[in-house]
Order: sequence, then C-alpha cells, then structure tokens
Amino acid sequence: MIPGTYDYLVARSVDEAVALLDQHGGEAKILAGGQSLIPLMRFRIAGPSVLIDINHINSLEYIQEIDGTLHIGALTREAELDQSALIRERYPILLDTSTMVADPVVRNWATVGGNIAHADPANDHPATMLALGARVVARGPAGERVIPIDEFFTDAPFETALGSNEMLTEIRIPAPAERSGGAYFKLERKVGDYAIAGVAVYIILDGSGNVSYAGIGLTNVGQTPIKARAAEQSLLGKPLDDANIHAAADLAAAATQPTADTRGPVEYKRAMARTLTVRALHKALTRATGGE
Amino acid sequence: MATHVQSHALGEAYKRKEDARFIRGEGKYVDDVQLKGMLYGDIVRSPYAHALIKNVDISEALKVPGVVAVITGKDLDAAGLAWMPTLSADTEAVLALDRVLYQMQEVAFVVATSRYAAADGVAAVSVDYEPLQVVVDPAKSMQADAPLLRPDKKEKQPTNQIYHWETGDREGTDAAFKEAEANGVVVQQEMYIPRIHPAPIETCGCVADYNKTTGKLTVWMTSQAPHVHRTLFAIVAGLPEHRIRIISPDVGGGFGNKVPIYPGYVCAVVASLTTGKPVKWIEDRTENLCSTGFARDYHIKAEVAADKDGTVKALRVYTLADHGAFDAAAQPSKFPAGLFHICTGSYDFKKAFVEVDAVHTNKAPGGIAYRCSFRVTEASYLIERTMDTLAHDLGKDPAELRMQNFIKPEAFPYRSALDWTYDSGNYEGALRLAMKNVDYEGLRREQAEKRARGELMGIGISSFTEIVGAGPGKHFDIAGIQMFDSCEIRVHPTGKALARIGVQTQGQGHETTFAQIIGAELGMSPDDIDIEHGDTDTAPYGLGTYASRSTPVAGAATALAARKVRDKAKKIAAYLLEVGEDDLEWEPGRFFVKGAPAKGKTIQELAFAAYTNCPPYLEPGLEAVNYYDPPNLTYPFGSYICIVDIDRGTGQVHIRRFMAVDDCGTIINPMIVEGQIHGGLTQGLAPAMYEELSYDENGNVLGSNFQDYLIPTSMETPHWETDRTVTPSPHHPIGAKGVGESPTVGAPQAIVNAVVDALAHVGVRHIDIPLSPWKVWKVLEEHGLTGD
Amino acid sequence: MSTHHISVTINGTPYQGDVESRTLLVHWIRDILGLTGTHIGCDTSACGACTILVDGKATKSCAMFAVQADGRQIMTVEGLEQGGKLHPLQEGFHEEHALQCGYCTPGMLMSSLALLQRNPNPSEHEIRVGISGNLCRCTGYVNIVKAIQYAAEKMQAAEQVPVGAEGGE
Repeated sequence: MIPGTYDYLVARSVDEAVALLDQHGGEAKILAGGQSLIPLMRFRIAGPSVLIDINHINSLEYIQEIDGTLHIGALTREAELDQSALIRERYPILLDTSTMVADPVVRNWATVGGNIAHADPANDHPATMLALGARVVARGPAGERVIPIDEFFTDAPFETALGSNEMLTEIRIPAPAERSGGAYFKLERKVGDYAIAGVAVYIILDGSGNVSYAGIGLTNVGQTPIKARAAEQSLLGKPLDDANIHAAADLAAAATQPTADTRGPVEYKRAMARTLTVRALHKALTRATGGE
Repeated sequence: MATHVQSHALGEAYKRKEDARFIRGEGKYVDDVQLKGMLYGDIVRSPYAHALIKNVDISEALKVPGVVAVITGKDLDAAGLAWMPTLSADTEAVLALDRVLYQMQEVAFVVATSRYAAADGVAAVSVDYEPLQVVVDPAKSMQADAPLLRPDKKEKQPTNQIYHWETGDREGTDAAFKEAEANGVVVQQEMYIPRIHPAPIETCGCVADYNKTTGKLTVWMTSQAPHVHRTLFAIVAGLPEHRIRIISPDVGGGFGNKVPIYPGYVCAVVASLTTGKPVKWIEDRTENLCSTGFARDYHIKAEVAADKDGTVKALRVYTLADHGAFDAAAQPSKFPAGLFHICTGSYDFKKAFVEVDAVHTNKAPGGIAYRCSFRVTEASYLIERTMDTLAHDLGKDPAELRMQNFIKPEAFPYRSALDWTYDSGNYEGALRLAMKNVDYEGLRREQAEKRARGELMGIGISSFTEIVGAGPGKHFDIAGIQMFDSCEIRVHPTGKALARIGVQTQGQGHETTFAQIIGAELGMSPDDIDIEHGDTDTAPYGLGTYASRSTPVAGAATALAARKVRDKAKKIAAYLLEVGEDDLEWEPGRFFVKGAPAKGKTIQELAFAAYTNCPPYLEPGLEAVNYYDPPNLTYPFGSYICIVDIDRGTGQVHIRRFMAVDDCGTIINPMIVEGQIHGGLTQGLAPAMYEELSYDENGNVLGSNFQDYLIPTSMETPHWETDRTVTPSPHHPIGAKGVGESPTVGAPQAIVNAVVDALAHVGVRHIDIPLSPWKVWKVLEEHGLTGD
Repeated sequence: MSTHHISVTINGTPYQGDVESRTLLVHWIRDILGLTGTHIGCDTSACGACTILVDGKATKSCAMFAVQADGRQIMTVEGLEQGGKLHPLQEGFHEEHALQCGYCTPGMLMSSLALLQRNPNPSEHEIRVGISGNLCRCTGYVNIVKAIQYAAEKMQAAEQVPVGAEGGE
C-alpha cells in the first residue's frame, strides 16, 4: 500500500504552523502522530496535497495542573498519559481512555489533540472530553480562542469547529472536585480495535451524596461522538443508586444511533452502551467515594 | 582423532540452530532479495465480485514515470498462459480475460523500476466493467436458476456444482439410523465453519530472475513445496525443468498459504522472461487476505445414531463446500474433500457415510489451508461438537460419553468405518490425564455452585484424532507427484555432516530437529550436522511441508538415510578392526568389538577412513540418500479441556484455563513440540472466537485487512498449558507422528463445547463460530440470561 | 512532487539520502539502506513487524514517512548486538524458544526493548500489554513472555543500562 505524492513541510512553532495552514487553505493537513492519517494515505483514501509536520513543536507536549485546571498540550502523546503519575492519581478516566487507544506502539506517537481533532466518532478521547466538560484551545491567524468541547464536534463525522487555518494547541479540563469520579469503559473485539461501544462518565456528588454534575459521552455508537444529555439530566440531584443508574443507562442507550457492522447489530451496540454506562457509573461512584 | 562425542538422544530440548540469524534480523526472506536492475510488479485488481471486462486501458499507466510494461490477460493468452491448472483439477485465471469472478481478482500486472512507480501504474490502469449478478450463497449457487459462474468449462461442468463426493456405507448407515430412530437416539447438528485465512505475518511473493544467456530461471519464492512448484512451472510454462531453480529462502510462516501457485508468481516469471531482468512481486496484506488461498467454508449437517445408553453406532454427514470462483484447494488429488472422512474421530463407529457437494461462488478461490491437515479441522470439529450434543441430550457427562465410545488401545491398528487404518492410540489415557490436570470433578462441582448463583461457567472437551503424514504413493499425490519425501546425508572426512531434505520449514525448526534425528542415529552432536532445504538445485526431491507431513515422511527418510550411513560405517569398522560385521556392537557414536569394548572406532574415525583408508570392496566416501514412501499415515491425538466464564453483560467469553494433552508419538525436541502446540492452539482460538473472512451480498470482502480480520494479540491469547502422553507410531522408523496441526485441529471445538456447556442448562445446543460477543449475548438475551 | 534530503542516525551510524516525501520510513530503511531486519506484515499498522525505535520510542515504521526521521536517532534490530555480544533480549528469545519463523521477531524485540527500558521489572500482564501491538502467528506468545522475563532478570542482575536508551550511539 503506497501513498500518493504530497508536499511535506515542517513547522517548528505554532505560529509557523498556523501561517502555513493559512497559506495553503484547505489543501493542507496537520501531521501530528500520523497514526490515523498515514494509513488512510496508504490506502489513498486521504490524499492531502500538503502535510505540515508539527512533531518538532515540543512546546506542545505537556501535562500540567495549574490553578484548578489540567492543561494538556495538543501534541501530548497517548503514551505520556499512560505513564503520567498525575493522570493516574487525579484523572484516572484519562488513563482509562489513553490505554484503550490502538496499541502501545501506536500510542508512542498518537496525540491527544489528534485523537480529538480527527473527529472520528470511533476515537476514544472525544467521549471522555464530553463527559469531563473539557475545553479546547484553537490558534489561528486571528489569535486564540477557547471552544467548549460540546461545541467542538459538529453533527457530521470527521468535522469540527476548527477553521481550515486553525490548529488545536491545548485541551483544558477542570481539576477534580471533591467527591468526583470518572471512568471510561470500552468494549473492543481485540486490542487495537475501535470500540464496539465506549462510555465515558464523570460525576460530582454534593455533600448529601446526590449528583451535582453528570457528564456522559459515548464512543462509536453514532455518526459523531455523542453527549448523552438526557441521561446526564436524569441523574442531577439524585443519588447514584441502582435504580437511577439503570434509568440513566437506558437513556444513554436511547441516545445512540449505532450502525450495524461486523462488531455487532444495532440492538447489541445499543445494549452495550447501556451495560457500559452502568459499569462506568459504578466505577465513577467508587472513585468519587474514595475507592480505586 | 579418537574423539568420543557426547550422544544426543531424541527427546532433548536442544536450542534452535536457526535462531542465530533471526534474532539478529539476518533472516533472508523473499522481500529481502535485492538484485541488480530488479524491477517491481504490482497487480491491478477487480473491485467487483462478478463482472464482464469490456476494456482494459493501459495507456495512461504506460506514461507513468518508471513503468516499464503492463501485462494483461490478452498478452498472457497469446502465450497460452492466461489460465493455469489448479491442484484440484480445475483451471484458474492468471489474469482475467473476459470476466472477473471475485473481488480483488487479478486483471493486469504492472512492471516498473520501483515499488512506488508500480503502485502509481496500477492506479493509472483503467478497466471498464459491466457488473453481473453476484452469487455468494453456496446454497443459492447450487440451484438451477443460479447464474453460471464458470462458462469457461460449461461443456465439462454445466452448473456451478464442482463435484459430488461420497464415501462409506450409505445403506448400512441409513439402516443403523432407522434402528436408532426406533429404539435408540438420533442427534443432528448443523454447523457452519466460516471462511478464514492463514494470514502468516509474511505475505506471499517472489523474485523471478531469468538469465537470457544461460536460459536459467531462478525464482525466490514463498513456497512450502519448492520442488512441486518447479515441476509445475516446467509443465505450465513449458520451460525445461533443469533450467528452473526455485529457492524457498526463509519463509515467514506458511500455514498452507504458500502451497498454491498464485497469479502474481506467474506474472513475475513472464515479466522476467520478457524483460530479461529480475522482477519482484510482493503482495500486500489486503491482497493476501482477499485473493490467496482461504480455508474452511464448510456448511455441515452431522448426525449420530446411538443406543439409548450412548454407545454410538453410525455417523452420517452432509457437507456443502464453498470453493469460491476456482477450485484451487490444495490437497492430494484423489481426495477432493481432503481427509475429511477422518470424521469418525476417536470413536468406534460401526457404520458411517459422508457426502460432500462442492460449489462455486463469487469469492476468492481455494479451500484447504490454515493448519488443517487437509480438512481434518472440519472433520474433528463436527464430531466433537456432535458428541457433546449427544452427551447433553442423554444427560451424560461429555467425558464419560467419550470414554464409553473411544476406540480401545487393543483395537489398534484400527480400521475405521470410513476405511482409515489408525496406527496407534490411547485416547482414554490422554483424556484422563487432561481431566486429572484440571481437577475435572472439582470443576463440575464449581460449575454447579456457580450455576445456582446465576454465573455462567462452562467446561469443554475435545478428544481429537489427527491424520497426517501424507502419504503412501499409491493413494497420495500432489498434481500427480507421489507424496514421498527424502533426505540426503553427506559426512565429511573430519566427521561433520551436511544433510539436505525435501521438506521446507516455515518456522517448524527443521534445521534443529532433523539434525537431532541424524544425531541420534549416528551418535553425533546436532551441532556437527547442518541441514539445508529449499533450493531445488541441491535438495533432493520432496513434496514440501504442510499437513504436518515433515516428521512422518521426511523424518523417516532422514532416519533411514542415517541408518544407511551407519551401515556403511559398520562395514568400514569391520574392515579396520579386522572382524566380521556380526562381531560388532553399536553404542551412540561408536562401533566396538563384542566382548572387547576398548576396541572400537568412533563415527568420526570411520568417516575419515571412508576417504583415506576405505575398504577396497566399497565405494569411497560416506553418504546416503533415502526416498521414503510411507506405508501409512500417522495418527497423532489428544484431549483438550477448556474452561470459560461468560460475561452476562457483554457476551464476552473469558477463557479461564486451557489444558492441552497431546500425543505425537516419539518426541524429537520437546521444546519445539511445545512451541508448535502454543502456536497451533492460538490458531485454534482465533477461528473459534475472532477470525472470519466474510462477504456481503455484493461480494465485498469484510475483513480485508488486519483492522477487521482479527488476529489474536498477546492480550486475547490465554496462557496455554500443555502435557504429553507418548504412544509411538508402530510403522515409523523412530515412532514419531508429527504435531504441528494437532492443536488447530483439536482446539476450536473445545472452546465452543465450553461455551455451549455453560448454557446447556437453558437448552442451548450450538452456537456457530466465531463466538463474537454479540452472538453470545444474543443467545443470552433469547434465554433471559443477560445482566449488568 | 517534493523530494527531501534527510540525515538520520541508525544504530549509531549516520546515513543520508534523498527521498520522496511519501517514502515510508520502513521502505527507506529496507530497500534503500539495505537494513532488511525490519519487516513489513500488513497495511494498517496493526502487525508491528516494522517496529523500530525512533528517538527511543517504539515506532511502527510503516506509519511514518522517512522525511519525518530527519535529524532523529533510530535503532533497528541490527543495532541490538553490540561488540559481538548479544543483548539479553536476543539471548532470552533464543533460550526460551520465543521465535519460530522469525518474521515478527525483530519488531517484537524492539517493542520488548522499549518495554524494559520503561519498566525493568514487568509482570506477565504488563508484558502482554507491552507487546500487544505486535502480532505473532507462530508462537502463541507464551514463550515470548518468558523470553522477556528472562531478559528482565538478566538485565537487573547486571544492572546494565539497556542498549539504545539514547537511541543507539
């Protein structure tokens, strides 16, 4: 499988990358990890005429918690999330997610920013970011803007709110509140596969143990990453008991629009969205109440 | 020179000699071959599963920089090469002429100065197709109103049905069934074994190098059978066979994928003949999965007639075999369904009858591959599934039902109802050992407890009998060539040996195990014996490595050739020691005079003497060759026990434990045997739970790359446990039976039996493989067993 | 069509070349530089036969363009043996019979090296996770796990820094 020809450019700073994107209009694509893009190019399914290699912009690789916000540079590799003590201790939902992306070798190069910007409904981070209520930072010729994640994905697959001359530079996640917990469960046929279904859940409990925040994101059960709003709403102000968990899971399943394929029929994927929501909520509750 | 060498008996876990190059990345595989002026070939393939070809326009492709030539079906047709014979008496298109019959069928061959230019050339070829109705359902293909897929042979075969084949005693079997319907028990099980693909990590390919000056064609080729391929090239291409040299260098896995001859090889040869330059063709993974020899695709109905107490009486099997567009199945030519009629398995059936209807569909050609021993995977699957169904219907423990029906040790050699003579077996011994190792009684108790709590745990048994070592020349041939095998040994003056064999490793460790065979016969260290194979200019003629035949056939030839060497050494010893041959005794590495053990000669001394002080009545030198025509096949066997837990929320099957007890007769190298078993079990797990090469109704391949064709990783693969019994083959010179395919033959049904066993209490009798989570979950849902 | 001049250090040796921007790193290493130890087994970056280290990171070289390697340090299987001495992983693979056809072995060795550099004392589970990006059709993985355990033990006993920590200088 041999790719078609293209022009290769290297950007050594964000400004340079943005300038090149602006110069080439819609003809150019960012080359970050390349672990999704290069296989597509080898099948000649994707054929950008220009690639802008941003892998030398090391200043975009960081994981830092500052003043109540976790900042992840867009070029941060999945492997870095895998190995970060900060992530493991304070943001286990992100570790749940990163360790589910492709396989460990691919994760050395695949980036968190790329996983989000590629906007493949089968990618794992979008659901987690939706559950966390993340924001992403985009830089363009006009400067920087911050986009809430639920405005970042449009209703078409592989499409985001990014302009063709903008690139993602950072992902921002609120630091964990007291009595909060999250989890990402992905059902896959084997390591390296896309999800049969994936569910990310993040909850915050108030002093009485009732849910004050619920975020639920779904992977690969629709044309885009899905925010299960009705399911989220159903939990607010309520304790996370079995009945409420099941009710929310039913609503999450109802929010899916899966496509039948070799991973399973529609009915199965919907049922798995339900099952995984139940399991993720239980896990999130455990983590919110001091367990592992 | 009187070195007394340490003997190396069989059964030593000798570390592999071939490792040295592989761990350094110095293996030489076909794609590593780089020759001066080498061109690259790439193939234009059909996106349609069934279509007429109206036009092939190569004009733009010829303009692509680097493209040197484009060969089409018409070009080949002019040379009489557009069609080639298959190993199953069919013909197969090399490059399509007027129509394509499966998605990814070869249509044109682009030759260019680089890999990348060849790919660009392929993208620039423009083909006009007129789509035709696609037939992917074999049952529909058998019907009278199905479109005729093979008009090219309509005089000989007016329908899509390729053959009807049957064996056994139809009347006797039917009578036994009538009797059982009245007074006994009849069990029927339909099962589909889907199409899968051997998918070795190295795909197929070749470098064809025709030297115009010498008229010699050298082909480096991913070949499991280089001599047969040489002969076929000679016959098909009309080239003189002594001017063809096939070199199978290091081969990155075969599993039957590298037995057939593929259009790419033929095109590369043609391209080299016409350009006078070496031409390399290496397929990519998508091409490999979509167009090279698939495996299985058997729709089976199996029936067992038994007494009310569970004693089996008769087996009746009907199979619809889907061979794709061309019957390119690789098996001995007199057996169109391979060795499928081993399906009476380990059980003493008095009567049996098997029939197979084979049919064409718009899918890739083939039919026999993936470590199957020529359809033994299918045979063993059906009988082990059906026996379990019988056990459950009778309310009997599946282990007990098997013991009751096993062929007893004293019955060997055992003539089966379908006319195979099993050489030796101890089926009860293997099963009892497996049961002991897993604490079978304890597991059944645990299962009962778990069941009471609503947990789904299953125990599955597979007690398989294999049939390998093809085979006696009277009955077994590949494309007409009898299935003997060979070994040639030459011992040098300073006591080291070089041996060449007619089989071809793709990872089985021949450089070590065959050295061990010779080492054991001559009392020499395997370090002092180097093994070569794969070069048809130097290796003695052999039929290659597949269907676990290397040890049974070439291993026998090797032992016998070594004995010829020893016999000659004995004559030299008698001469040197001035005694009669009858006065000599042998200990590993040395002949000595009976009663005077200090008076002796080592094999090294005798080798030296063969060149320096040879008896005048003998030819000088010390070498021997043996071509071995086996008297029978060999019958390895075993019992596997699989324990599973089913996740009620997702339908995922977790294999908690898998115990494999194998009996391959005499063990040459236990480390290598165990490695073969680990690998084979993984290739039994794969079809049971992951792999499937399916098609949609338009003939599009689903599972055309490793994203969707699910090869198990280290995470899906359990920690395999192995154990052994040893029941030598009475007819094999060293009692060895072969083992490579036993685990692929035995494992899948152990897993299926376990899953069905976990659900038997609610009436589940069968689930077709692969046991994808969605499939298992559907069964759970139908029986109200789903949970969180 | 753009071509680029690249400079790459491989196993401590500097290499230079002119490549098309679309040339895959694995093709450049194998076909142009003749380092054929690294293999190709699929077209979807699934099999890992092409795994090498790039700047110390295990990398599927079929999912990287040669141009991206400009200025970087690469280690391939050919760089494991140093001064005629096998790496403990190579020894382990031999001792534990962790290879049969040898085709996945170079990539498997490189992924194992990366694993042990990061985690010198991995559990069986961690090993299986660590090599889950590399497919093997022959061995069933059991002995590969043992080989990595063998190497981990040997490396810890020698307290040696695994070869190639800096990319093979």
